[in-house]
Amino acid sequence: MNRREFLKTAGLATASLLMPNVSVWAKSAGAAASAAPANKLVVVFLRGAIDGLSVVVPYSDTSYYKVRNNIAIPPPGNELGALDLDGHFGLHPALAPIMPLWKNGSLSFILNTGSPDPTRSHFDAQDYMESGCPGRKSTSTGWLNRLLAQLPDNHSPVRALNIGTTTPRILQGPIASATFKAELRRRRSPIDNEVIAASYERMYEGRGDSLERAFQDGMEARMTINEKLSSEQMQANGGAIQANKFGAFGKQLGKLMSEEPKVQVAFVDLGGFDTHVNQGNGKGQLANHLQVLGNGLSDLAGALGETYSKTVILVMSEFGRTVKENGNNGTDHGHGNFIWALGGAVQGGKLQGHWDGISDRSLYEGRDLPVRTDFRSVISSVAAEHLQLSSSQLQAVFPDFSPAGGNAIPNILKG
Amino acid sequence: MKVRQQNAPHWAHLYKRQRKNPSRIAYAALAILVGLAAQESLFLDQAVAKGKTAKQTRIERTEPASKNSREGIAHLLNRVTFGIRPGDVEKVQSVGIERYLKEQLSPESIALPSSIQQVAQVPALTENPVNLFLNYGKPALKALAQGQGNTEADKKALGKVVRDTYGKIYQEAAQAHLTRAVDSPRQLQEVMTDFWFNHFNVSSDKGLDHIWVGQYEESAIRPYALARFRDLLGATAHHAAMLFYLDNWQNTAADFRQAAVNPKGKGRFKGINENYARELMELHTLGVDGGYTQKDVQELARVLTGLGLPPGAGGGFAMRNPQERRQMLAQFQGRPDQMNPSGLRPRQRGIRNFGEVVSASSIPGDAKTGSYFDARRHDPGTKVVIGNTIQGKGEAEIEQVLDILARHPSTAHHISYQLAQYFVADKPPESLVQKMAATFTRTDGQISQVLGTLFESEEFWNPQYRNAKFKSPYRYVVSSLRATDATIVDVVPVLAYLKQAGQPLYKCLTPDGYKNTQEAWLNPDSLINRLNFATALGANRLPGVRAQNNDQNDITDSLAAVSEKTVSAIEQAQPQLRQSLVLGSPEFMMY
Repeated sequence: MNRREFLKTAGLATASLLMPNVSVWAKSAGAAASAAPANKLVVVFLRGAIDGLSVVVPYSDTSYYKVRNNIAIPPPGNELGALDLDGHFGLHPALAPIMPLWKNGSLSFILNTGSPDPTRSHFDAQDYMESGCPGRKSTSTGWLNRLLAQLPDNHSPVRALNIGTTTPRILQGPIASATFKAELRRRRSPIDNEVIAASYERMYEGRGDSLERAFQDGMEARMTINEKLSSEQMQANGGAIQANKFGAFGKQLGKLMSEEPKVQVAFVDLGGFDTHVNQGNGKGQLANHLQVLGNGLSDLAGALGETYSKTVILVMSEFGRTVKENGNNGTDHGHGNFIWALGGAVQGGKLQGHWDGISDRSLYEGRDLPVRTDFRSVISSVAAEHLQLSSSQLQAVFPDFSPAGGNAIPNILKG
Repeated sequence: MKVRQQNAPHWAHLYKRQRKNPSRIAYAALAILVGLAAQESLFLDQAVAKGKTAKQTRIERTEPASKNSREGIAHLLNRVTFGIRPGDVEKVQSVGIERYLKEQLSPESIALPSSIQQVAQVPALTENPVNLFLNYGKPALKALAQGQGNTEADKKALGKVVRDTYGKIYQEAAQAHLTRAVDSPRQLQEVMTDFWFNHFNVSSDKGLDHIWVGQYEESAIRPYALARFRDLLGATAHHAAMLFYLDNWQNTAADFRQAAVNPKGKGRFKGINENYARELMELHTLGVDGGYTQKDVQELARVLTGLGLPPGAGGGFAMRNPQERRQMLAQFQGRPDQMNPSGLRPRQRGIRNFGEVVSASSIPGDAKTGSYFDARRHDPGTKVVIGNTIQGKGEAEIEQVLDILARHPSTAHHISYQLAQYFVADKPPESLVQKMAATFTRTDGQISQVLGTLFESEEFWNPQYRNAKFKSPYRYVVSSLRATDATIVDVVPVLAYLKQAGQPLYKCLTPDGYKNTQEAWLNPDSLINRLNFATALGANRLPGVRAQNNDQNDITDSLAAVSEKTVSAIEQAQPQLRQSLVLGSPEFMMY
């Protein structure tokens, strides 16, 4: 019996003596019986609107080089040129770390995806993409939380992991998530001190109420994360330490998810993609960010190990950027973008979605990539096929969205 | 009455202070009558009394304590203020509950210490929205950048000036807000300012609102926090921060042809925008079940067309005629002499006032609110809103429709429900809501009167609602600072904590504002965060804050009730940890 189970049993015994209502506890105690669901979802959110055309480069289209004099990625074979994907499109050279995933057929990009809402405000667009209800501002919960509510409840305080410091909009809602910072050296908080923890435990244990439940879950989540990610273990795991603060997310998240089977979903966000000025091309500002991201995703896939086959990783951003470069060697706020999908279950090694080229005629308002596939279609597809959600469950995740008709779910997974 | 004798707990040495007022023991005995039925609780004073007599007395009875009992006062203080400060209960005891409440309900009757007055004397709060835009808005900052070098370093330096300027404006407003929340003797006004800000929420994370949010609270919320609802509604409806946040500045008659006015317009005035109209009914007045339809939303949006931001101060230049526009742009050609990015050390200065790059007198509209009614974009037709026919008559339609909404019975009920939820219980008793709604209607929405009904009600004093609300992160922080008599030395770390706890000040994204229910805030992460915060603050090691090294008695005074379990945990801990444990106790999470 581990500490957690001991506490639960003790708490249950005390509670049943003192409290007339022990339903909360009875529910917890039965949790061990339900099996953890095998499949997992990771969402990586790129804040600031990443320039999709620099990630998946339409190098065979000469107009691409005409509208991007200074920031285009050269064709494959050139210095700092794109890495060929399919003879027409190429991957940004800084994303070389994930090229093996393309080659082994577990990486795909769904072109021209996004939100149907026309806003070009980061604020509104992120809000909509995280609430999952574009155009409806008063939605109080995030879609990832509503999705969690549809998954089998395994009563684990680490069902949902969030890398960062605060619960993001996408995870807000009734299901609790555990937040941790991706740092190579785990910082100790006061509560990690055993004497202090024991004092609080004396106050909270045996109350049999929601405060105790939150306390016990919080302490257990903390212990799990601290235990799995102790700095010695991380260093023993090998790999160079990256200066960038996001450098550790891939290894840490992968390790937690592979060793803790009850993790069902995870969320991580990265910023710095709002490249209005000096975006760079094969090198520069955006390339530097992509390098961190590429290494992080490659580390994540590696650290997941066998769990990679049970995991779908979606990388998305609030909207895309203008097709033409602006006067400051950058790009401005646009509309459509690409969603990246990674994982053993992904029908990878090929591009998906609808591509209309980048001539003015095919662009949204004559300037931006169009949205041909609603982002909720992509998520619904993963939720249905990978996480086995029924159509009524999908309705609960995206209440304003019908995946039928023009919103047909793309077939992004294998089988 | 059943009296049980128990062995004395040996933790009484924690409470070494001698009570000056022997009647407190009597109050304590009364308080225990409440029984705190749900959990085995002791009243702290009782513990003190027992410490002195070396006997523990528990009296098991469930009849309500008098309002004037120590526990009654603690309950009242917990709800009327942001948390009990050491000595607060005694102060109320000496003046009596009725006088205390009367004063709190008419805040101008309470003198403000000069420190509280001074903290609000900052540009972020005292400048009107037009001046804030002209001095600190992005166009002004950009204009100032013209004439600067065009190197990478210059651009970086400018970016830093812009960010620092925005950061400072936010910090000035936040410093004033938090200082008043913690220290103002007009506590109910501050509590109600928090309530109404969330009711009429705007977010400093949305565009221009970052320069207006503090001024919005200062001019449209706080002065009306205990006044007439209709005046509050009108003040928010006309403030630039609200017009921007809910997009009404773009709301334009469907058949308006922008090309006629401005051929190169960027296309912001594309037609009807229903955002504000919807939230005005759903959140601000009638409530979601208040009996309006989607058609009413559309009609109300038509009424509101043209109410927006002044050209040149947030509303773009598009609505000015070409010659006027050229003149304005010429004025915006910057004053590069005033700027020296590389020499700036913003952390060592206050907000840098760049000077007016455009004369405020050239901006049309109402500078006080930062609003402008553009008759050209207004829909002149007849509208029907929740059964009322509104003849086209321009700006006056807006006042007419606000009158209708403010006096609608659904509004009386909706506002009363929200107040009862905030002050009494997450699921407030309908009997109370109805009493309050009746007062709302009778007094034409006098908020102080509605609150008077609330505080007099038997529901408010019902023991089942005492210490039964879970604190929001904001209330938890402010009540902790009050309990420890703390001073905010640097607001930045406090703001960072609020952000980490999920309630960054002035940054609630959604128009419904931050919730105040347990369901919204009690979760494992947030509780553990609070314990870390409590441990640091209790040991006076919280960055940015100087806490008093409190006598154990003083700090425990801020708890209305405490369980044996908590008492025993405090007793077993080292003395230097005890203040932290009080702040981190389950009882201190509640109010």
